[in-house]
Amino acid sequence: MSDQLLNIEGVSKSFPGVQALSDVHLDLTAGEVHALVGENGAGKSTLMKVLAGIYEADSGSVSLDGRPVRIDGPLAAQALGISIIHQELFLMPDLTIAENIYIGREKRKGFGLFTDDKDLNRRATELFDRLGISLDPRTKVGSLVVAQQQVVEIAKALSFSARVLIMDEPTAALTASETEVLFGIIRDLKEQGTGIIYISHRMEELKAISDRITVLRDGAYIATLNTAETDLRQVISLMVGRQISTATRPAGTSGDRPTVLRVEGLTTKGLLSDVSFELRQGEILGFAGLMGAGRTEVARAICGADRPDSGDIFVHGEKVHIDDPSDAARLGIGYLSEDRKRFGLMLDQDVNFNIIISSLTEYTNGLGIVRDEQGRATSRRLVESMKIKTPSIRQRTKNLSGGNQQKIVISKWLAKDCEILIFDEPTRGIDVGAKEEIYELLNRLADQGKSIIMISSELPEVLRLAHRIVVMSEGHVTGVLDNSDADQEIVMDYATRSGVHGGIGG
Amino acid sequence: MSKVDTPRAETKAVARPSRAGVLRRQLQQFLAFASLVVLMAFFSIANANFLTWSNISGILLSTAVIGILALGTTFVIITGGIDLSLGTGMTLASVMTGVFLVNFGLPLIVGVIGGILTGALMGMINGFNVAVLKIPPFIATLAMMLIAQGLALVISGAAPIYFSAVPGFTDIAMGSLIPGTRLPTAVLILFALTATAAVILGKSILGRYTFSIGSNEEATSISGINVRKWKILIYTLSGMFTGIAGVVIASRLNSAQPALGLGYELQAIAAVVIGGTSLQGGKGSVIGTIIGALIMGVLTNGLRIMSIPQEWQTVVVGVVILVAVYTDILRRGKGA
Repeated sequence: MSDQLLNIEGVSKSFPGVQALSDVHLDLTAGEVHALVGENGAGKSTLMKVLAGIYEADSGSVSLDGRPVRIDGPLAAQALGISIIHQELFLMPDLTIAENIYIGREKRKGFGLFTDDKDLNRRATELFDRLGISLDPRTKVGSLVVAQQQVVEIAKALSFSARVLIMDEPTAALTASETEVLFGIIRDLKEQGTGIIYISHRMEELKAISDRITVLRDGAYIATLNTAETDLRQVISLMVGRQISTATRPAGTSGDRPTVLRVEGLTTKGLLSDVSFELRQGEILGFAGLMGAGRTEVARAICGADRPDSGDIFVHGEKVHIDDPSDAARLGIGYLSEDRKRFGLMLDQDVNFNIIISSLTEYTNGLGIVRDEQGRATSRRLVESMKIKTPSIRQRTKNLSGGNQQKIVISKWLAKDCEILIFDEPTRGIDVGAKEEIYELLNRLADQGKSIIMISSELPEVLRLAHRIVVMSEGHVTGVLDNSDADQEIVMDYATRSGVHGGIGG
Repeated sequence: MSKVDTPRAETKAVARPSRAGVLRRQLQQFLAFASLVVLMAFFSIANANFLTWSNISGILLSTAVIGILALGTTFVIITGGIDLSLGTGMTLASVMTGVFLVNFGLPLIVGVIGGILTGALMGMINGFNVAVLKIPPFIATLAMMLIAQGLALVISGAAPIYFSAVPGFTDIAMGSLIPGTRLPTAVLILFALTATAAVILGKSILGRYTFSIGSNEEATSISGINVRKWKILIYTLSGMFTGIAGVVIASRLNSAQPALGLGYELQAIAAVVIGGTSLQGGKGSVIGTIIGALIMGVLTNGLRIMSIPQEWQTVVVGVVILVAVYTDILRRGKGA
């Protein structure tokens, strides 16, 4: 093949006790978007780290333009024209956009003591013009929203004039319109002959942007498919190694059930305005809307993490004051943040510690001594019933996969016996198979009478699970729909309706 | 063949038991203990007078005050905080003990409790400033360090308060409860407090929340735990230990010395750090702290016996801190 850019052949990599990659193949032609998919732990990240020079393969070869290359460090990768856009952001919030992009590569002046800021900003502006990005390079990165930071990260990777670009879940934090901008950039890069390896969990995106799809499972190469000739259901079943049932939608609504939680006129200046809704027993109430619509702010106000300027919250018809998450917990309201690692888990502590932390007082005697045996019994019971995959309850939670971590956060609130559960993006960063399990779990919890608020940016997910859907836009509730009255177009219509007042942040 | 044992390895190896982690934690304490034994072996070979009962009991006595301070502040450090007011806080507690017993002539037990409560009150104020007013611990306790230092001087009129007229006061630290051992009571107090602190940190709900706050304060709060309340309690507990240290040092010197105290906080923090507690919070142990305090005590005593000048002793302690913390970083190293 004359235009073959990158060829990975028979790459294997093992860590003590685990074979992370075994005999993996992948080839990339110039101007191609090659999607790499697989469940978490399938070996995608390990393979990318081999390409980035972070890990060295045990065996196998990587060749560029038909010549074998040795990538023995991140600098070597960069010199070969291999650039990676990481899932996590590595930016310095107190520096400007331009400073972040060109850090370490600044033009110096004044005997090399000072950086030439003018030159820096000019280069950044040129780069942004080429990419069609409308950001002022002199802005401090810390003042940007996450999606914009992601754009900066992408621009930074592109500023190295990479020939092979690896994107690890680049759209995870982007809105639909920002994703479109990114896809435009990707198409331009394709035309310029850049080869792109694209990692994503979002199946629709693969259809939209990729030419070929390679599937990994448990560290092994499974198949490479031409996107145009492939049914995405087939990709998913290759990934999980079994057939996924067709998505079903909840039947009917939850009309005559008692109201568990009522929110009236919740207002926070610049973020929320006059948000009212009610949550009924045993229902899943979906919250749809674009990024920055204020859904997370509603959740944080209900659970006491933020204090709204005005508005009332009623639990079982009684007005309550929630000044601190401990108040919410006492009222039986549990919040599961979209940012599990920051707000959900004590990563250095073990499974047992995390599961019983919220309900610790129940296992504590009059002297304040924790009866560990009782706590551990609860943990073991939940690990079993929630099907948490962990070698033992003594395992540190940071060693578990995203799906299992999410189940631990859910278990924490079940141990506390909360009746109102607020899930903020419950399946973000979780692989396809584990998503199915979380869906089943949410349905089961609702059937058991738990009342659930589910915030999600993935409309199919909302339509599949929610009995009713609250749609928000710019801090306002723009619509409350029964599932039977909703489809993607209708929800998007409400979600893009402008709020009454402008100027809504983040 | 290539690099082994990278962090990601564990992530994937979910099927493996977690004994490695448990072992590693035990290893940490074992290493600290082993260093202590090696140090003691070294000094006993270097000088025959080292391993004598009177010298060992002297080391324990000199470790008692720093050790008590270190025990209390272990809790604060595990939450990710720091307390610079330990030293002068201890001084203020001993001055107040003097005021209660000598100036007011209150009964011994009342004066002692008053001294301890002085420490607790300062801890509570620190906790309030940190948890409610959100003043960074370093600043809040730096301010308290100065306030306590100033108050100690003002209240005492910048002169020592002597307890000669208070019967039984010196026995608190220097008495000997176990007949025939000549082991000062201060050492027994240290042992008793070590056991108490170990139970509180390891078994109680307060200990559990201490680790939780240190591991991830935001997540702890979202988990429905009133972080403000518990932080105040943790600083108050630490303050009680400071108060006890104040009483013990006053009893040992048979006087409250208002100019003393500054610098004790750093020695206590050093003991905690040598014992493997992380200044980032979330990790630490009482046993580690007490071993850390003993290492400092043994080191100072051993160097003195070997006639190393005082100035050099300080240098050595500094180097030991660097070595201890760096070994710790290496050990948890890539895996952390």
